[in-house]
Amino acid sequence: MKLAGFLLLVAGWAIVVCALVLLPSAGPRTAFALAGMAVELLGLALAVRSHLVLEAEGE
Amino acid sequence: MTLFVAPSPVSLSEVSALVCFLLILLVPFAGVGLALINCGLGRARSAAHAMLAALLVTAVAALVYVIVGFAWQGAAGRPEHVLIVGGKAWGWIAAEPFFLRGLRLDLSPAALVVLLQLFSVGLAGLIPLSSGADRWRLGATCASTALLAGCTYPLFANWAWGGGWLAQIGANCGLGRGFLDGGGSGAIQVTGGLTALSITWILRPRRGKFSAEGLPAALPGHSAVLVLVGCSFAWIGWIGLNSGGAILFLGVEPARVVLIAVNTTLCAAASGLTTMVVTRVRFSRPDASLSANGWVAGLVASSAAAAFMKPAAAIIVGALAGIVVPLVADLLEFQLAIDDPGGAISVHAVGGLWGLLAVALLTDAGAPGRSGGQWLAQLVGMATLLGFVLPLSYGLNWLLDRVYPQRAQREGELQGMDLYELGAGAYPEFDIHGDEFLPR
Repeated sequence: MKLAGFLLLVAGWAIVVCALVLLPSAGPRTAFALAGMAVELLGLALAVRSHLVLEAEGE
Repeated sequence: MTLFVAPSPVSLSEVSALVCFLLILLVPFAGVGLALINCGLGRARSAAHAMLAALLVTAVAALVYVIVGFAWQGAAGRPEHVLIVGGKAWGWIAAEPFFLRGLRLDLSPAALVVLLQLFSVGLAGLIPLSSGADRWRLGATCASTALLAGCTYPLFANWAWGGGWLAQIGANCGLGRGFLDGGGSGAIQVTGGLTALSITWILRPRRGKFSAEGLPAALPGHSAVLVLVGCSFAWIGWIGLNSGGAILFLGVEPARVVLIAVNTTLCAAASGLTTMVVTRVRFSRPDASLSANGWVAGLVASSAAAAFMKPAAAIIVGALAGIVVPLVADLLEFQLAIDDPGGAISVHAVGGLWGLLAVALLTDAGAPGRSGGQWLAQLVGMATLLGFVLPLSYGLNWLLDRVYPQRAQREGELQGMDLYELGAGAYPEFDIHGDEFLPR
């Protein structure tokens, strides 16, 4: 689960960078950049959640 | 992949360069401040270990940065590897030789960048120390710092400051003035804060920190005096950091250092006071450690925007940082089971991210000809920190942990890191208390 979280973090960043380079108009670029950021937050949540699960198992 | 030399945005007269040099000499005080804060927030039986670790981290960071770090980071106006995408050049890594070869260390902007970065990279390395307090081995601390100073830090610093792609998104994409981070809210503070998060995940909590039910125990720091003195040192250092960074990386005129010093102070003051009020309301007494963390969070948040803010905006930036820090510290400890003894994640990562956002929300950074895209430029920088720096930092430290376990053995935690690794305590004439206040 932690690996999936980190992959989502990288994927979200890739979406932001691709939006910046590939989309010339401001509207779609902003929308995709925000979507990429949302994916990153999802990844961060997943990484945090996996840490919590590991801690519970450790106990 | 092409080699490219970007035009330097900075040209300094001899007097301006001398002013910048003197300001940079203040930066080590920030390191002293963070070291004292880390030491004070840790246990008495690990105090000497904490201070020695701070010195070693600074030394390793400086050496590794000179050997390889600057070769990756470079400086605006120096050779850069670029990718050509859509007909535009995007710098991604510097093309400098190792060991600073070919660079004249005089009062030129590039030489001043090297000096500032020599101190800044040590500052970034000190941040994770507080999150690994009381359980992070000295050798692992040095190895982890080498990875930070040789890989993670120079890459992001190149993108933000060395003429890399984040600095270019203003010109290439019309996003305001590109990613702005004069004093290093992102490149120094968030990079250090996210490394601290990686370290807390890898080291796991201190023994006895969380009960079987997951409830956190209070493990109080051993010296509020050290913590509060550290805040004063950090204040002096941050004025040098914000001023030197703004002159070298944003090209602001040296006369603006007065505004930068005023804004830095106002940010810290508003943040420290707000945190004190928040803790007073929540716990019915002001909390010294959290208030100190609030002060530092204000300094951290001021770094990106100090050169552009009006003083009133600096107060707002600091006040919001002061509200957020204790709430995030509670969230991390009570909800997310993250044991961060010095509050590095809430202070440096969260405070730094807020500082980056504040550039777009509360400053005139995009003016003149403000395109409205400055906030998107800042967002792209924040996305890069979360989506690139955090996975890279975690991955490198995870690999290091596989090769060389970073956490001390059980007896190290029980007897304290001073005795375990150094063979002597920091306060031999005093009775150092054990864990008698912890639930058995």
